[in-house]
Amino acid sequence: MKALALAIVALVGGLLISATVDFPDWGDPASPASLHVSPHYVEKTMEETSVPNIVTAVLADYRGFDTMFETTVVFTAGVACFLLLRRREPRPGPSRVYRHRATGVIVEMSQPPDTEPAPEVFKRIDDDWTPHDLIVMNVCRLLIPFIQLFGLYVIAHGHHSPGGGFQGGVILGASVILLALSWDLRTATTRMKETATGLMSATGVFIYAGVGALALAMGGNFLDYAALSPILMVDPVAARSLGIFFVEVGVGLAVMATMVLIYRNLASEGHLDQGL
Amino acid sequence: MIWQIDLAVLILVLICAVGALAVKDLMGAAILFGAYSFLMCILWAVMGAVDVAFTEASVGAGVSTVFFVAAVFRTSRRSKD
Repeated sequence: MKALALAIVALVGGLLISATVDFPDWGDPASPASLHVSPHYVEKTMEETSVPNIVTAVLADYRGFDTMFETTVVFTAGVACFLLLRRREPRPGPSRVYRHRATGVIVEMSQPPDTEPAPEVFKRIDDDWTPHDLIVMNVCRLLIPFIQLFGLYVIAHGHHSPGGGFQGGVILGASVILLALSWDLRTATTRMKETATGLMSATGVFIYAGVGALALAMGGNFLDYAALSPILMVDPVAARSLGIFFVEVGVGLAVMATMVLIYRNLASEGHLDQGL
Repeated sequence: MIWQIDLAVLILVLICAVGALAVKDLMGAAILFGAYSFLMCILWAVMGAVDVAFTEASVGAGVSTVFFVAAVFRTSRRSKD
């Protein structure tokens, strides 16, 4: 069976590789892909949307409908992870470990206590807790604000440079994941609550679809940002540029919150108390 | 780009891809997949698709590797086949 599978894979792979010879040359201006709508984007993007980065204009404006459902896919992935993994009942297993803040003494309880000890006296730590590295913790504490600032820059500057909502959102989400990795999951969860991640990922999709519906209400087509110019009090070309920005903010919110949500549920088996 | 370096990166991509499929240790497979994504990111950047390269670096090499590692930690580390 394995030999048959290998033969089929080799055959199909060989066919694919032999077919690449018929591809047009890399960057060939006469190739079919470069003849149909590409010239319009290359020539008119600047005058129609005033966005120098053509990729961003195509993604969020000309092909905005695609990107809206890409955002919905990300949101759906987050919802699916939540529904599959999240567990409400407390983690099975008897022990809970606390550290007395003043003395550093570690206390292990063989049964989960009925009432949590006062958090300012006893800090709960992970069962398989290993002392966190001081250098790693503090370097991450210093780095995370800059990572987040860079994420915001990537979202806001996607008009002019590579980047946009997806990349910036992932960078923002990665900064929260980095906090969870270098400190612990509980710290990250108190900084960004579970309801916040859910609400933000839904809000992001809502912002995107809302901008589109607003354009519809203003008499344009769905996601035709030029129709927003009376509200934004700018000319239609600048309105398209601004509309792209609003949409990118929505994408960034949704992607960031979904990344954090998926990581938490994966790393803590759905209990959101302790993870990697 | 210098075609020798291009060729070397392409061969590394192939090695990483086959390695990620063949390795029994799932953690190793996750790391190899991250390396694969990063090499692909270099190739995208070389071909001028900077936006795709950026996405590949942040999503492929960054967050999805973390997701794989987190998932491997919560399951068994060795693959059955």
